[in-house]
Amino acid sequence: MIDKIAGLVNADARLVHRGRFVDTTFMIAVDDDCTLLRVQEGKVTKVTQGPFITPDYSFCLRASRNVWEKFWQPLPPRGFTDIFALVKQKLMQVEGDLHPFMANLLYFKDLLAVPRKTVTRQAAR
Amino acid sequence: MSPRFEPSFEPILGRYLHLDLLGKPHRLYVEEAGQGIPLLCLHTAGADTRQYRGLMNDERVTANYRVIAFDLPWHGKSSPPAGWQDREYQLTAPDYVQVILDVVGALKLDKPVVMGCSIGGRIVLHLACQHPARFRALIGLESAPYAEAYYDLSWLNRPDVHGGMVCAGVVSGLVAPTAPTHERWETLWHYMQSGPGVFKGDLHFYTTADGDIRDKLGQIDIKRCPLFLLTGEYDYSCTVEAMLGIAERTGAPATVMQGLGHFPMSEDPEKFIGYLLPVLEKIKGL
Repeated sequence: MIDKIAGLVNADARLVHRGRFVDTTFMIAVDDDCTLLRVQEGKVTKVTQGPFITPDYSFCLRASRNVWEKFWQPLPPRGFTDIFALVKQKLMQVEGDLHPFMANLLYFKDLLAVPRKTVTRQAAR
Repeated sequence: MSPRFEPSFEPILGRYLHLDLLGKPHRLYVEEAGQGIPLLCLHTAGADTRQYRGLMNDERVTANYRVIAFDLPWHGKSSPPAGWQDREYQLTAPDYVQVILDVVGALKLDKPVVMGCSIGGRIVLHLACQHPARFRALIGLESAPYAEAYYDLSWLNRPDVHGGMVCAGVVSGLVAPTAPTHERWETLWHYMQSGPGVFKGDLHFYTTADGDIRDKLGQIDIKRCPLFLLTGEYDYSCTVEAMLGIAERTGAPATVMQGLGHFPMSEDPEKFIGYLLPVLEKIKGL
């Protein structure tokens, strides 16, 4: 799923515009599998799969594979529709320097949810 | 070509009410539509009366109910009190109750129905405890007796983060994923327009011991003042489980609203009204 994020985000002009002031590298952790995503001017310009020895990033979103898979369903079950729903239930941790995340919250919420579109397309085939 | 419509006015009429609240003069925005049983509607934290636009424009509601909503001080088109620039806004349970009672008094409403959502859904529980004789019935939308903050609220009001955008970002996931796109973004727009620190100030009531009513739920007597509860299935702030907990303690009838989230009247008015009409019908017969 994570490998689809760059293509889907960069093809969405509206989303890229919303993130036009974002310049950061953040991490998505699925169980112990970590991925770094570099974001510049709203586009995901580099995706690097771990493991890492000294990863350099601003913030990390960490959850189990089971949780991410539910979150990425085209219509997630109640309680799995939003990052903050997961945080509230202590199913996800958002850690590190949260400034880029909170200052661009609508952008990052949409970026993190774009894999839902992939599932929709696959299901439609 | 998109279809063209004749210009038209909605039946909603808005005015500014001058009154003393909490010992200070206030200029309060009040709007209403319809006639019949007064139904006073309370908006969510950091929002305003526009959340009830669907209700006020629906003749099935306004044929029998005088639907009234006001922007809390600091919210929407209501002004903050003079001197606001020297203090931080913070809503408390006693102040919130007093404002509602004073507005009811100023508008000379005789035993109105009060319906509130989220913080409004919480305060109707306080009204049920403290002033059951003053109301014909109470309706709690997205009512929870208590809510714990699950993120650092200081993000909501700091100069290096756009307040409107972060408030909308925080609440965006509370809208049901199935809500109509234009109603979702209308709802978020209201949050984007909120004054600095207002949403955060409301959450003081919502997330601290100040508004916590868990220990007093047993005092609610639905025979003295009927209480109706409705909660959207996708609301992860005021959950279905929280509503059912209130229902169990009080005996109040509870409805789970499928396909709705934390802002039912604003995110999908049509669907919400479908759930509300049977409740209004019951209240009419009381």
